Amino acid sequence: MLITLTDINKVFNQGKHNEFQAIRDISLQIEAGKVTCIKGASGSGKTTLLSIIGCLSRPTSGRVTLDKEVLSGLPERFLTDIRRHTFGFVFQKFNLIQGLSVLENIMLPAYPLSLNHKALKTSAQQLIVHFGLDRVMHNPVEWLSGGESQRVAICRALINKPQILIADEPTANLDTRLSQEFMELIDELRKTGKTILITSHDPVVFDSPVVDRIVEMRDGQILES
Amino acid sequence: MDFIRKQAYLIDFTLSSLLRRKGKNLGLLLVYTLIVFLLASVMLFTHALRKEASIILQQSPEIIVQRLVAGRHALIPADYLEKIGQLRGVVSKRGRLWGYFYNPSVKANYTVMAPEHLELTTTEVVIGAGVARALGVGVGDYFTLRSDDGNTYSFQIKELLDEDSELVSSDLVLISEKAYRVITGIPEGQFTDIILSVRNPREVRKVAEKLTEKLPDIRPILREEILRTYDSIFSWRQGIVFVLLFGALMAFVIFAWDKASGLSAEEKREIGILKAVGWESGDVLRMKFWEGMIISLSAFMLGYLAAYLHVFYSSAVLFEPVLKGWATLYPQFRLTPFIDGLQLATLFFFTIFPYVVATIIPIWRASVTDPDAIMR
Repeated sequence: MLITLTDINKVFNQGKHNEFQAIRDISLQIEAGKVTCIKGASGSGKTTLLSIIGCLSRPTSGRVTLDKEVLSGLPERFLTDIRRHTFGFVFQKFNLIQGLSVLENIMLPAYPLSLNHKALKTSAQQLIVHFGLDRVMHNPVEWLSGGESQRVAICRALINKPQILIADEPTANLDTRLSQEFMELIDELRKTGKTILITSHDPVVFDSPVVDRIVEMRDGQILES
Repeated sequence: MDFIRKQAYLIDFTLSSLLRRKGKNLGLLLVYTLIVFLLASVMLFTHALRKEASIILQQSPEIIVQRLVAGRHALIPADYLEKIGQLRGVVSKRGRLWGYFYNPSVKANYTVMAPEHLELTTTEVVIGAGVARALGVGVGDYFTLRSDDGNTYSFQIKELLDEDSELVSSDLVLISEKAYRVITGIPEGQFTDIILSVRNPREVRKVAEKLTEKLPDIRPILREEILRTYDSIFSWRQGIVFVLLFGALMAFVIFAWDKASGLSAEEKREIGILKAVGWESGDVLRMKFWEGMIISLSAFMLGYLAAYLHVFYSSAVLFEPVLKGWATLYPQFRLTPFIDGLQLATLFFFTIFPYVVATIIPIWRASVTDPDAIMR
């Protein structure tokens, strides 16, 4: 699935004294089946750009298209549907729901799809086994290490079988060894044909041979691609 | 099928969500249940009392005739019986003797009557259960009344009045007519009042009108008026209790509003995560709706059940001094369970609806915001 951004701008607190423009006139194409890394310092607008691509927020102006479908003007209900079926998210702080078990966290995105419980549980368990989490499957997520939490976040992102995986600063809370392990997982997913979009300012990520393309950002603009 | 499965998933998540905040939700449930319990107790109790009183009073006379002298209740001469008997529609008439006796040792008034249908000698007495409890006496024991001139009269207790009618008979003392006249000094040919029954119950008011026309110094009191008086007494008492509970109710409303409207950062973040992973605003709203319903319905059912047990099985021990009886000798009785559908619906509406609305509005506000904005 080809993602195309055209003249994207994002302004926070528009018209208020604390107005802030996070993204300025960004136009970009993200190719299907490739690993793209958006690189840049903190505050450069990477996460905002990722949110717009993943339909987690709307651009103030500009157009986002997925293949030929224009996403930027769609009502919330349609955006949710696209988000649910097309994108899988791995957040910087993993954003797992505390108090729920590993299994429950992974199954969570599929609840609104009203799937058969047994089938859903089976596919969640397959992911759990694949990512080596079977030992902690029924543990609450707050008991997990950083690496385990990230793998749970990846499983959760994959449960609805999305075409595009979006990871925001996925290695920010991991040591070098775990960061390398993460890139190995990304490589594995790339081989299944998924489009992967990662933001990072970690050399382990953007220097990795797994990454096909690097887009550099600064002050809300793309420097080079 | 999909709809049911989806609701099942949402309820499942809601339950685990409630369990994750055990302390907070249990505290809320407890306070909520207590409020429902207090309100439901008052409602159930006063309604059951009204119903009970109306059933018992169905057997009371249709018209009571009193004589007034200078606006005060006076003895009524026996020849009034004949005058009243000439009126069409009156089928039976009887003079009654009754009054109040204060017993300083138990600090209570007895209602003393001379019954018509009970054969009593001048030394026998039948007493209400409240009197028996207050004095600690039973059948065969002796009971004393003191007359206005200072003489004391002893009676042997022949029987105790049936506990089923205790609501109105708790403080009752029944003695023979002869003994009553001796103790009170009321001469033969005089009564306290006269009771009448009429042929056609729909003509009671008409008969009462004719009575006042014929005998201007009398006051007819209708059974329906007595029922209305009881009704207003219980309504008034219910109102007093509600006023007393108002403070507690308001405290709960503020507490619930604060709990429901002030979403914590953690709750907001959770909504953001759910939306980011593909939940619709509607799913989040439905989930929170179930959360509100589970808490409020559980509190409602627990509170109502506790109130039911409190009123009908422990005789409303908490509200006894305020709501029960009209003498110091509080009646003890088991009320027949009566549940008024309208009252139940009112209580349901005023306890569940505000809470669910208070819960839904802030959630709705959060759930229609972009997930990115909520998580930030």
